[in-house]
Parts: sequence; C-alpha cells; structure tokens
Amino acid sequence: MSEILKSEQSASSVKHLELEATPSPAYLDSDELILNMGPQHPSTHGVLRVILKLDGEKVMGTECVIGYLHRGVEKIAEHRTYAMFNPYVDRMDYVAAVSNGLGYCEAVEKLLNIEAPPRAQHIRVILAELNRLASHMLWLGTHALDIGAITPLFYTFRDREEILKIFEKYCGARLTTHAFRIGGCLYETYEGFEDECRNFVKFVRPKIDEYETLLTTNRIWVERTKGVGYISGDDCKAMGVTGPVLRASGVKWDIRKAQPYSGYQNFDFDIPVGTNGDTYDRYLVRIAEMRQSLRIIEQAVEKLPEGPVMAKVPKVVKPAVGEVYHGIESPKGELGYFIVSDGSTQPYRIRVRPPSFVNLQALDMMVRGALVADVVAVIGTIDIVLGEVDR
Amino acid sequence: MADETKRTPSGQQSAQGGDKPPAGKAAIPEKPKVGEGSGAAHAAPPKPPGIAATPWEHERVARLKRLYGSAIKEALTYLGQNYLVVNKEAAFDVLRAIRDDENFDYLVDVTCVHYPDRAEPFEIVWILYSFPHNERLRVKASVKEGEKAASVVALWPTANWLEREAYDMFGVEFDGHPDMRRILLPDGWKGFPLRKDYGIIQQDTEWVKINLGIESGQ
Repeated sequence: MSEILKSEQSASSVKHLELEATPSPAYLDSDELILNMGPQHPSTHGVLRVILKLDGEKVMGTECVIGYLHRGVEKIAEHRTYAMFNPYVDRMDYVAAVSNGLGYCEAVEKLLNIEAPPRAQHIRVILAELNRLASHMLWLGTHALDIGAITPLFYTFRDREEILKIFEKYCGARLTTHAFRIGGCLYETYEGFEDECRNFVKFVRPKIDEYETLLTTNRIWVERTKGVGYISGDDCKAMGVTGPVLRASGVKWDIRKAQPYSGYQNFDFDIPVGTNGDTYDRYLVRIAEMRQSLRIIEQAVEKLPEGPVMAKVPKVVKPAVGEVYHGIESPKGELGYFIVSDGSTQPYRIRVRPPSFVNLQALDMMVRGALVADVVAVIGTIDIVLGEVDR
Repeated sequence: MADETKRTPSGQQSAQGGDKPPAGKAAIPEKPKVGEGSGAAHAAPPKPPGIAATPWEHERVARLKRLYGSAIKEALTYLGQNYLVVNKEAAFDVLRAIRDDENFDYLVDVTCVHYPDRAEPFEIVWILYSFPHNERLRVKASVKEGEKAASVVALWPTANWLEREAYDMFGVEFDGHPDMRRILLPDGWKGFPLRKDYGIIQQDTEWVKINLGIESGQ
C-alpha cells in the first residue's frame, strides 16, 4: 500500500518538475483532494456530512450532504390535529424545544385570531429565554470543545442543568418540554417558581463572567476564532442567514424587537451586535445575548401578572380557511411556521422555516479559502442542530 | 385520534363535507383565474366570525400593477398579512421588482402547497421580508404538473437549498436553478412525499430493499 502511495507521489513530483515552467489548470488539479467529513464525526454536531475539496490544507469548496435525520415532520403534521402536532415540533431543534413550541402555538393562535393571556405570555417569555440560555450554553460548551478547550463544556453543562431542573419542575420534561398549548400554557407555575428564577439569574450571572475569563482573552481561543469564517452583513441577508450570525456581522435585527410577539415589547433589553462578522464576534454576541436574556427573565418574573394562563380556545381547534406565516427569534435565528388551513381539524400544510437549515447553506461561503481546522470552528459557530436541518 | 383516519389524503372536502364554504379567499380548491386586481370579487359573506381576506390597498400594489397589470391577479390581506397572487410567467419579474424597487431584500422561505383538485395544483409560495420597511409579504404563483416554476436563486442566493427542498418534496422543478437535485431524500428515491397522493407510510420499497437490505423501513 505504502509503495503504491510512494510511486504515485514520485510520479506526481515528476509531473511538477515538468510543468513548473508553465502551470496549467491540470497541474493545479493534481493537488486536489476530496475529503469526506462525517456523517459520524463529533465536530459535525450530529449527522452532517461535508464533502471537502482540498488543496493541501486549504478548503477550495464544500458540499453539505444532509437528510440523515429526515423524519418527515411536515408530512406528519398533515395527518395530526393541530394539538396533536404540538409535541412533534419539540423534536426539531431539540436543544431549544421551548422556542419551537412557542413559535408553533403562536402561529396557530394567529390563525385562530386569538391571543394568549398576559400571564401565559410572561411564562412563555421566561421559559423561552431560559431555553435560549440553555441553547447558548450547550453551543458554547460544544463549540469550545471542538476547538480544543475542554473546560467550558463542564462549566456550561453544570449551569444548564439548573435550567433543565426548572423545566422539569414546571412541565415534567427536561428537553422535549411540550410546555405550551394552543391558547396559552397548560400548567400554572409551581410553588416557588419566581424565587427559583430569581435565584437562577443571581447564580448564573457570575458564571457567564467565568466563561469569559476562560475564553475571551485566551490567546489560543482568539487565534482560532478571530478572522475565521468571515461573512458580511450583506452576504448574510442574501443568504437568508439570521440570528446571532447576522447580528455578529453588524446587522441590528432581532424579531423580538422588529416584530414583537408574546409581549416582548414590554421588556427592556438590547440587541448585541458585532462588527467583524467572524467566529470571535459571534462568540461575543452570544455571550452578550445570554446576559440580555437574564435581564428579560428578571423583568418578566417581577412583572408576572395574575390571571388565567389559558385563553378561551374551542375544544376542537378548527381554524377558518386561510393561511398565516409566523416567525419568531429562536436561539438559532428566524424560526417560522407557515400554516395553511382548509377549515378542518388538521392542518392542510405546515411548512417549517428552520434557521439551522438556511444558516448552514452559508457554510460554503464562510470556509472557502480557510483551513480544514477552521471548518470545524465554523460548523460550531453557525450553531446548527441537525434535527432541525433535516426535520 | 379517530378523525385523522377519516380524511382522505387527496382532498379536504370529502372528509369535511359541507363544513363551511371557503371564506372569501383563494386558498382552497380550484379557483378560476380572476381578472386584474380586485379580490373583492369573492363577495360571498364569510361564515366564520370576522375573519376573511380583504383586498390589500397600498401604493406598493398600485406601483406593481402599473408595471405588470393583469399579471398580478390578486392582492389580499388576511389576519394582517399581505400577499399577492401572480401569474407564473410574470413571477420572476414581479419578484425582481419587489426586491429592487420595493426593497424586500430578504427571502425568508420558498415553499409549495399541493392542491390536487386545482387545474394548476402546485402553489409556490415566496415569503419575503424587507429590512428597511420592517414588513412581510407573500407572493404566490401556481404551476401545473410537470411545469417549471421560476427560480429566484439569481435574486436571492438563499433560494438554492429552499428550492431544492421544494423539488425534493413536491417534484416541482425550478427553471434556472443551478443545481436541481434532491436535498433531504437520497438521490435515487422515487416519489415526492409531500404530495397529497403520497401516503403517510408510503416509501420507495425498491430503494429500501437495495440500499438497506430490508423488506420495509416501517
């Protein structure tokens, strides 16, 4: 085997010598290598397969092969009632199930032309922001691990556990929560919910500083992330990239501010933006977003109004003929539901606009000309969940 | 549980016989072409309380109608969301005008809805957003079986994967797409699963046998 390689090598070096004077495209091609990465590869965060075209260690192009986790969620929706489909959406972005449920319930509510009562909206905001924290923590831990920093993973998973405990106490599930129902929330908050949220905010605020001490000025971290995976704000818009990736490229756009839903207009928070559009800025934006989420949780807990948690929803959900699109700001970007109703108890068509799927498309643009090691960093920084990419 | 079995995959009317008439809206079954503009043509009073699509009057619509006339079949508002129904031939030009003149610079989604009973069963839906105006808009155009829809990859590169997914699930090809292949399903798969005549447990048994070495994936 090694002999074959050797002879091949020597043959190609002869070719080099011959062609050195007049480099032709054929000469350039001789160095091209196709490398298969995934689907079983720890840095692809699931079952993503990326075919890399390499020139030495330089990436000349990529092709993503996806669909390994395709479960036909949109087809299933057409054969379930509106309420029955609700738990399925949790299985798309399974690290941010609350956001999925929030988007779906709000879309159906919009179709029914009803609104969740204020108390339900506040509970939804608290849980959705806790989930944003959990999602960003998981992202930070795994992203740092990909680049070679092991410690942040233990820190973030330790703190994420506290969020999952709150979820478990609230609705009995830690990950696929099914926390909300069409028209509001099924459960009232449990005894001591507000205090636990307050304590959590107090507990986790210094922890975020702790993550920063590990990474923000860490020389290896900065070397591995600064200037890596650059994408401009205009390219983001053209590629439909949303969420922290868009904001790190300097576009101040967050659906919670631009088109507020679930009462986000009542809370005071900032949209963190970056300037350079690189992996380092995306890291800073997400860290800053975690702090903003804490601010929102604090306010929502303080302002938590009394009242019912469920709007008047007919026992059988049967929206009038028509269609709506509703987009929310999930931790990964714009998560949208396009629902077509034919007036029956089952949706005629549900289309999920997944942020991970659309953001992943920009991978090629971000890694062209970079090194193989940067591909790992960039996959991490886009923050994809394959359950959502493939649905 | 019980009522899901009642529904035939191919049509909403059969199971829900005489439920309620389509509320003044072009959504459900076959709909003959309506002349220029006025969605007010559907005068039938809607039964469900309060909600029905109403004509969308805006200078944007007026501008587009001046340019494309009858190619813009309808401009409607439903639950505060605006949408245009356009001619498939003019779809690309209208979308380009919407991007360039009306500043809808972000293509949120491209998808498709299958209405087997219509003359043009595949309705392509473009969901757009404008950063400068903070406004959403949907554009719809229908195509026949085997007919190609206009690809907007040249306008918004993000349409690449979205159109591939629409092709993968519905079998609608996009004219001018640089790489019209399946994306989620395997390349050799036969059938388009999100069509209404594709059963929920149906699969390409031949592909499953050859590639997975089992009789059935179910």
